[in-house]
Amino acid sequence: MTALVLLSYEENQIRSTSRSTIAAAKKFGEVHALLVGHNLSELSQKAAKLEGVTKVLVADHEAYAHMLAQPVTDLILSIAETYDYILVSANAEGKDILPRVAGLLDVQPITDVVEVVNENTFVRPIYAGSILATVKSSDNKKLLSIRGTAFEPVSDEGGQASIEALSKVAHSEKALAQFVSVEVTKSDRPELESARVIISGGRGMQSGANFAMLEKIADILDAAIGASRAAVDAGYVGNDYQVGQTGKIVAPQLYIAVGISGAIQHLAGMKDSKIIVAINKDPDAPIFKVADYGIIGDLFEILPQLENRLANR
Amino acid sequence: MKVLVPVKRVVDSNIKPLVKSDNSGVETDGLKMSMNPFDETAVEEAVRLKEQNIVSEIVAVSIGEAKCQDTLRTAMAMGAYRSILITSDELLEPLSIAKILQKIVEKEQPNLVLMGKQASDDDTNATGQILAGLLGWSQGTFVSKLELTSDKARVHREIDEGVQILDLTLPAVITTDLRLNEPRFASLPNIMKARKKPIETIALSDMDIKTTTRLEMLSVKEASTSREGIILNSVEELVEKLQNEAKVI
Ligand SMILES: Cc1cc2nc3c(=O)[nH]c(=O)nc-3n(C[C@H](O)[C@H](O)[C@H](O)COP(=O)(O)OP(=O)(O)OC[C@H]3O[C@@H](n4cnc5c(N)ncnc54)[C@H](O)[C@@H]3O)c2cc1C
Ligand SMILES: Nc1ncnc2c1ncn2[C@@H]1O[C@H](COP(=O)(O)O)[C@@H](O)[C@H]1O
Repeated sequence: MTALVLLSYEENQIRSTSRSTIAAAKKFGEVHALLVGHNLSELSQKAAKLEGVTKVLVADHEAYAHMLAQPVTDLILSIAETYDYILVSANAEGKDILPRVAGLLDVQPITDVVEVVNENTFVRPIYAGSILATVKSSDNKKLLSIRGTAFEPVSDEGGQASIEALSKVAHSEKALAQFVSVEVTKSDRPELESARVIISGGRGMQSGANFAMLEKIADILDAAIGASRAAVDAGYVGNDYQVGQTGKIVAPQLYIAVGISGAIQHLAGMKDSKIIVAINKDPDAPIFKVADYGIIGDLFEILPQLENRLANR
Repeated sequence: MKVLVPVKRVVDSNIKPLVKSDNSGVETDGLKMSMNPFDETAVEEAVRLKEQNIVSEIVAVSIGEAKCQDTLRTAMAMGAYRSILITSDELLEPLSIAKILQKIVEKEQPNLVLMGKQASDDDTNATGQILAGLLGWSQGTFVSKLELTSDKARVHREIDEGVQILDLTLPAVITTDLRLNEPRFASLPNIMKARKKPIETIALSDMDIKTTTRLEMLSVKEASTSREGIILNSVEELVEKLQNEAKVI
C-alpha cells in the first residue's frame, strides 16, 4: 500500500501539520509526498529529509503558485491511480482541495480524521467536536484530511527521499480562477497549530488595542495568540487568529482563554490542549468547566499582574 | 443572474445532541431543528444580491425528509423566490448530496451556486467542493466577502495565513463563511408570504442517481471535555501551579 501526502507549507517552511499527516500516512505503508507550487528547490530539499517519506514528487510551475483548487486537483488526479490513500492536512488549503479530488474519483472524503483505527476505519468529530464518530469506508481509495493535533509529527530530519519532478503542468488558459492578491498577517510568533503555549482573547477584550496586553504575555512565554469568533467578528484581530469549529484546531501544552465564555464551537478548537486556564469575570462561564485552572475576575486587572509575575519568576 | 442555494435542515446549533444509549448514533428525535447557520449566510447573501438587482432569481433546494419543507419556507421567507425539495429517508453523504445537486444544476442552469461551507451536524466541509468538481466549475470556498458582476465573482477567502482574493469565472460554486454577513430574521408578513411560494417536490427514487453509502457509521461516543476546574485566588497561585504542578511553563 502506498499513500500520497500533499504537503502544506508557508514561505519556505513545511507546516508541522504536514508532518502530522505523514505520521498518519505511515500507518498505511510507504509514503510519498507531493510538493506543489512555484520555486520549490529549497522546499524540495527540506521535504526529502522528512522522516518516513521515500519519494518526493515536485510539481514546480507558475500555475501552481497559489495552490488553487482546480489546477492542484487536476495534478493530483493525474497521479492518483497509483495510490491507495491520498492525505491532506485538515487546514483551509487541504479542505479546499481534497473534496474536489474526491468527487472526481467518485470517493466520499473522510475529513478531520483524529484517529486511524485500521486500514479502512477512522474516527472523526461531528457536531462541533462534541461527538466522535467511528466510520468505516468501503471506497477502494481512501481520501483523508488529517487533524494535525491528533498525530505526533514526524521529524523534519533523517529522511532520505528521492526527488522526482512531475511534468504535468496546469494550462493557465483553462484556469477557472485567477489569483488577485493575498493579505497575510505577518508575525514573528510561533504558528497557532504548533505553538507550545497559546493565549487567546475573546469579546471580553473589548478592543483590538487591548490585545497588546496578550502580546506582552505572549512575548514572555513565546506563545501564539488566538481569538474567539466573536473577537474576530468584532474586528479586534484577523480571521487567521480564530480558534474553533470553523477556525483553527489547536492542542498546545498550555491554552489560556481570556474573556472567552466557552461556547461549544470555541471548545471544538482547543479542548484537547494539555492544560487549559480560564480568566473570566463570570463565575458561571462554561469555560470554567473545561479548564484545569480558573481565575474569576476582571481581565484588565489580572493580565498586568500575570505579566508581572511571569516576568519576575 | 440566477442563484441556487442548497439549504440543509440540521439540529439547531445551540443544542448539543446526545449519543444513543447503545452508541449506534446520535439521538435527534424531538430536538429543535433549524437551517444550517452557514446556509442562512448563503441565503442572506443571495437576497442582498437580489436587492442590489445583481441577482434576478433565487431558488432554494433541500434534500432530506419531508420536514425539510420548513427549512425551505424559512429560505423563502428570507427572500428566495421558489424551492425544490428532494425527498429521501436515507442518510445521504456529501458525495451523494453533490450528485443530486449536480442534477438540479443541470436542470435549473443557475450562474452561481451559493452554499454553506459546512453543515454544522456532520461538519464534513465537502459538498460544495465535490459539486464544483463534478460540474467542472470554478470554486470559491470559505468566502467572507463577495463582489459579483455579470461574468465574474471576486471572492475574499479565509485561508490559513489570512485572506486570499480570487476572481472566479462564472458559473461557479461559492461556499460561505459566517463572516460574509449577518443573516436577517424573516418578518411575519414575509413568513406569511412564503407559505404561498411554490415548492416543487421530487422523490430521490425518481432521479436515477446511485447513492450507495460509502461511509458506514460504526459507533459514536461523547468527546470528553470536562476537567477539574480548580478556581484559584491569585495570579501567584496560578503561576506556581503552571510551573510546579502542570510543569507547562
Ligand atoms: C456554526 C457556528 C460556528 C462557530 N464557530 C466558532 C469558532 O470557530 N470559534 C469560536 O470561538 N466561536 C465560534 N462560534 C461562535 C460561538 O458560538 C460564540 O458565539 C463565540 O465563541 C463567543 O465568543 P466569546 O466567548 O469571545 O464571546 P462571549 O460569549 O460574548 O463571551 C465573552 C466573555 O468575556 C467575559 N468578560 C467580559 N468582560 C470581561 C472582563 N473585563 N474580564 C473578564 N472577563 C470578561 C464574559 O464574562 C464572557 O464570558 C460559532 C458559532 C456557530 C453558530
Ligand atoms: N441535505 C442537504 N440538503 C441541501 N443542502 C445540503 C445538504 N447537505 C449538505 N448541503 C449543502 O452542503 C453544504 C456543506 O455541507 P457538508 O459538506 O455536509 O459539510 C451545506 O452548507 C449545504 O449548503
